[in-house]
Amino acid sequence: MAKPVETVETPAAEGHGKQTWPLWEVFVRSSRGLSHVHAGSLHAPDAEMAVRNARDLYTRRNEGVSLWVVPASAIVASDPDAKDEFFESPKGKDYRHATYYTKSEGVKHL
Amino acid sequence: MSGESATRITPGNAFRPEDVAAQVAQGLQVGEDVAEYALRLGDDALILAQRLGWWISRAPELEEDIALGNIALDQIGHARSFLTYAGAAWGKSEDDLAYFRGEDGFRSSYLVEQPNGDFGKTIARQLVISVYQHELYSRLVASTDATLAAVAAKALKEVDYHRDHAKQWTLRLGDGTEESNRRITAGLVSVWPYVDQLFQDDELIERLDGVAVRPSELREPFDAYIAAVLAEAGLEVPQVPNAMTDKSRRRHSEHLGYLLAEMQVLAREHPGATW
Amino acid sequence: MAVQTQATLQAVPSAEDEAGQAYFDKIIAEDSRIEPADWMPEKYRKTLVRQMSQHAHSEIIGMQPEANWITRAPSLKRKAILMAKVQDEAGHGLYLYSATETLGTPRDVLNQQLLEGKAKYSSIFNYPANSWADMGAIGWLVDGAAIANQVPLCRASYGPYGRAMVRICKEESFHQRQGFEILLELSNGTPAQKQMAQDAVNRFYAPALMMFGPTDTDSPNSQQSMAWNIKRFSNDELRSRFVGMIQEQVKVLGLTLPDDKIRYNEETGMWEHGELDWDEFHEVLAGRGPCNAQRMERRREAHENGAWVREAAAAYAEKKAQKAQVA
Repeated sequence: MAKPVETVETPAAEGHGKQTWPLWEVFVRSSRGLSHVHAGSLHAPDAEMAVRNARDLYTRRNEGVSLWVVPASAIVASDPDAKDEFFESPKGKDYRHATYYTKSEGVKHL
Repeated sequence: MSGESATRITPGNAFRPEDVAAQVAQGLQVGEDVAEYALRLGDDALILAQRLGWWISRAPELEEDIALGNIALDQIGHARSFLTYAGAAWGKSEDDLAYFRGEDGFRSSYLVEQPNGDFGKTIARQLVISVYQHELYSRLVASTDATLAAVAAKALKEVDYHRDHAKQWTLRLGDGTEESNRRITAGLVSVWPYVDQLFQDDELIERLDGVAVRPSELREPFDAYIAAVLAEAGLEVPQVPNAMTDKSRRRHSEHLGYLLAEMQVLAREHPGATW
Repeated sequence: MAVQTQATLQAVPSAEDEAGQAYFDKIIAEDSRIEPADWMPEKYRKTLVRQMSQHAHSEIIGMQPEANWITRAPSLKRKAILMAKVQDEAGHGLYLYSATETLGTPRDVLNQQLLEGKAKYSSIFNYPANSWADMGAIGWLVDGAAIANQVPLCRASYGPYGRAMVRICKEESFHQRQGFEILLELSNGTPAQKQMAQDAVNRFYAPALMMFGPTDTDSPNSQQSMAWNIKRFSNDELRSRFVGMIQEQVKVLGLTLPDDKIRYNEETGMWEHGELDWDEFHEVLAGRGPCNAQRMERRREAHENGAWVREAAAAYAEKKAQKAQVA
């Protein structure tokens, strides 16, 4: 069910010119206690420059306390053509949610 | 909620030029010697920012437009703080000092006045100035002058990044292609005659013991850092004669006149105007 | 014969395409978002690449008229603000290129299209920025028009585009205000400053209105874009709304708009304005504006002068990667 490169938010065809820098996906943690959230992408020749470029591009307004950069080609995504099958199972299993249990309504601290 | 968090915008807090202005407005007294010293720091930052600002829209890659822009913005922030502080001694604002002094009134070093050249030369100049400023500010935080120490504390964190930026590019240009090695080498050779001036003590520095950082003390750590970076980059410390400069920083390179002509033209067309 | 076969092939979509189209239509009908990995009609993809890359190119070329004034800004505070603004524009260009890349066209290809003159950018940037007051007029009118255009795009049906626009709109709000402030300061300044401000407004008013694109009757792509939830309002609707806003704001500035035909039409609920010179619009679009050649030359120069730097960084990365592999 997993497909590489062509299924994520990246171009299927990377340029291969000798001046072309690879694409990196950027994740920003906006403050301590929160997850890193995908912010966008950028081009950089290598990981060291990627994280610096990410700092300059995605945290100009104090938006972050931590950054991740990931080569876009390293991301493995679920198969977009199988989205219905892939995400069908949890649907209908209402009993996994607290709201399913109505008889206990009004009982305190539950 | 989490979707929003990556784009949250907050101003953050830091010691800003406006804070210096507020102190001055409250009657902060600044002696002439301290002001003269602050001019040296402020003018280096201002002239450097003016040079770097030119790159925005002309850098080798868009990401680099932004990186150089950030550095220029930091430097202009430092310049404003130092000039506001210096101006308090003479009842002048940062803009009075920036726009209505002639060449002989400036206290910038030859190094920052050097033209941008190509990206290699700009990086060479950045390497020198950022390593120098880093050594300088990391000592100025201990100045007995509380304002200088506070401005240095804010500037130090930013200059730390500038130094890293210059180092990263020096490594890549030095150990990239033959062409890039040739260009960064040429850049280093071209700025090196003006390195020595940064480390010269003069009477002002003597009088400001405890307030100012003694430039000559910075030379050794500067040389050590530079030697390590250049060695890693496969580059050599240029062996070129020092240019005759001016330790009191009253004399300047020919380049400064052109730079000021452009920087000051509009303000001088409208003396007394506010913007 | 061969041609006929091809035509037949095209006429019968594959089962996969049919399923994709049905899913796509459902998403659009629900006003939900299309994401990069989803099937999408080829024309939808092309329309997006064209619009988003044009938008990105506009940000990048749009840096130039303002960058020209960074070195001459008349106060240090204004210099810092202008630098931050032009730098933001590079950032916005990058957000948009990055969103466009999710559609499968890499940035260097998009850039090549710009440099070869195959891709368009907003015509407004082919007008010169002759005075400091133009920094005000560009912020107030040009960024103002851009924001009016862009706010609805935050809800564009293509996910990455909408997300890029959310970020851009958040950052953009300072751009218009700083422009307005520049003009306000000039208007309250010396007579020469006020004259400078009025002159800038006079020059940028009509080109800013033309930024919303041709009139609805003359805008071939608009209808399809609206059906696909890429565009949410027509060119004329947005333009009218903008005229309504600025005719009020100009009073605060103590300046005037160079248009005595502005009036509110009670019946249509639209703001009306004087005739715009669409011949000029098409002339500039065709490359004959005052600054077309200059802007392209500067962009090309930056790209060519940077080639050795990009190559060096790529070569360094490759060397490092090889060393890491050996070790």
